[in-house]
Amino acid sequence: MLVIDKAQKTFLQGMPNQRVALDSLSLTLAQGEFATMIGSNGAGKSTLFNAITGAFLLDSGRITVNGVDITWRPPHKRAFQIGYLFQDPMKGTAPHMTIVENLSLAYSRGRRSPLRPGVTKKDAAFFRTQLARFGMGLEDRLDAKVGLLSGGQRQALSLLMSTVAGPGLLLLDEHTAALDPVAAEKIMVLTKEIVQEQNLAAIMITHNIRQALAVGSRTIMLEDGRIALDISGEARKDMTPAALMQHYTPGTASKV
Amino acid sequence: MTLLMGSLHLGLIYGLMALGIYITFRILNTPDLTTDGSFTLGMAVSATLTVAGYPAYGILLGILAGALAGVITGLLQTKLKIHPILSGILTMSGLYTINLFILGDRSNVSLLGASHLFSWAAALLPNAAGRDITRLALTLLLACGCFAALVWFFHTHLGLCIRAVGDNDDMVRASSINVDAIRILAIALSNACVAFSGAVAAQYQGFADISSGVGMMVVGLASVIIGEMFFGRRSVTIGLLSAVCGSLLYRLIIALALKSDFFPAYALKLVSALIVTIALSLPAVRGWLQLARVKKEANQHAGN
Ligand SMILES: Nc1ncnc2c1ncn2[C@@H]1O[C@H](COP(=O)(O)OP(=O)(O)OP(=O)(O)O)[C@@H](O)[C@H]1O
Ligand SMILES: [Mg+2]
Repeated sequence: MLVIDKAQKTFLQGMPNQRVALDSLSLTLAQGEFATMIGSNGAGKSTLFNAITGAFLLDSGRITVNGVDITWRPPHKRAFQIGYLFQDPMKGTAPHMTIVENLSLAYSRGRRSPLRPGVTKKDAAFFRTQLARFGMGLEDRLDAKVGLLSGGQRQALSLLMSTVAGPGLLLLDEHTAALDPVAAEKIMVLTKEIVQEQNLAAIMITHNIRQALAVGSRTIMLEDGRIALDISGEARKDMTPAALMQHYTPGTASKV
Repeated sequence: MTLLMGSLHLGLIYGLMALGIYITFRILNTPDLTTDGSFTLGMAVSATLTVAGYPAYGILLGILAGALAGVITGLLQTKLKIHPILSGILTMSGLYTINLFILGDRSNVSLLGASHLFSWAAALLPNAAGRDITRLALTLLLACGCFAALVWFFHTHLGLCIRAVGDNDDMVRASSINVDAIRILAIALSNACVAFSGAVAAQYQGFADISSGVGMMVVGLASVIIGEMFFGRRSVTIGLLSAVCGSLLYRLIIALALKSDFFPAYALKLVSALIVTIALSLPAVRGWLQLARVKKEANQHAGN
């Protein structure tokens, strides 16, 4: 599904504070595989996601999704196959537009004919059933402005928006970190459900070691723009949070 | 009566421009200074073609020319990454030359004796009162038509995309929509409305002047803001409606002020600038007042 081949990215190349954020990083993720990703601050986790979504172009290396080389594609074209969700609940939604308008745009994926109505009854009914399973009462508030929702509600909506069009690959960057424990738990449960149902390939960045081992089927640790650890199956089963902690190289944060 | 009639006409005609300003200023959330140039552009195209005997084409091509000017500003903003304000100023400056060229290197072109939309409308009914009515009906038709078309458009998928780009373009990009293309389209649409306004204005007042566009952006902003004072900021439909109504009110206020010798005609632009400044600074002023009150209360409590 996702193949990253020797991705290389140096920020501020040639400057005194230049920094190698991705160092010949290679990674392959199969369809339906759910990996968690850990690593110290500044390890390059978000940078890896930004490289995949197209926020910047790589210095060298290739990225392939579903057999299609997307290395040179602009971000909006990559978004057909990639859904992403960030820590900040504000990032994924348009606050002055209604829930149904936000969902309609996300669902259309730029494929709706331009002069057809932006919101249709049929879509609204579909969104209502999708929102109902969140158990947050959002299904009755389709015409509410998204800016009025709580962080948890907005993140739930963002989760639905990033997966409603069936992206194939889902990238989650600490997407529950800004939420209260109850909301975070709820979003986690929904995330797992959706990933399983749609058989998505997914990577979830987290700083919660326990979660990194419990969620999904594979745990990847990034350090200085390289994969420092990549475990699944038996090796992962045998790993304890305490043992995993040992792998964090102390002092990376102070180097930043 | 003539005062009211005149204000109605001007309010509706410049209401078209207010609609354009509303699109960039409120929906796209990026003020666009192309306006001053594209208003005159619409005027110049309309006047030149009217003199040549094609008033209807004058309006149509005027609109198209405005859209094209908007595309240029949009390209400067998105593809060349020039600051939005500067992009508008660059296009506006360039348009000054283009407009002079279209007017045949004259700063003023009169439509005296040429037939145009308003002379056609006036010819429909014989007496003076009837003429006033048909002329007003024409302006009303154009303004309502444009308003209705925009309301429809902003509820289509494309319209939704434009509104979302003004709100959170990251979200639009994540939805596989080309943000740059949408932005260019919105600026083109806005300037098409502005040029439409200029094109109709030329035929209504019977001349085109190279300096007609100066300060138009501020006039449009004033209209939008006056409208919002009455309607608030709610949906797009109400927003578009409030832009037109704001333009009507603005013209009425100005006409009354001029008639009562409250200020001379040449003070118009300064007054418009003041209206916009005051309206835009209201939130900040309210914030200061509130802060002052909170501080005072806190000091009182501390004193107790
Ligand atoms: N646009 C940029 N320009 C310059 N440097 C950048 C840029 N983006 C990231 N970096 C640098 O690249 C390094 C990796 O950053 P990144 O955000 O990927 O870390 P991370 O693993 O996501 O950390 P965290 O756990 O804190 O989120 C950091 O040193 C950061 O300062
Ligand atoms: Mg990060």
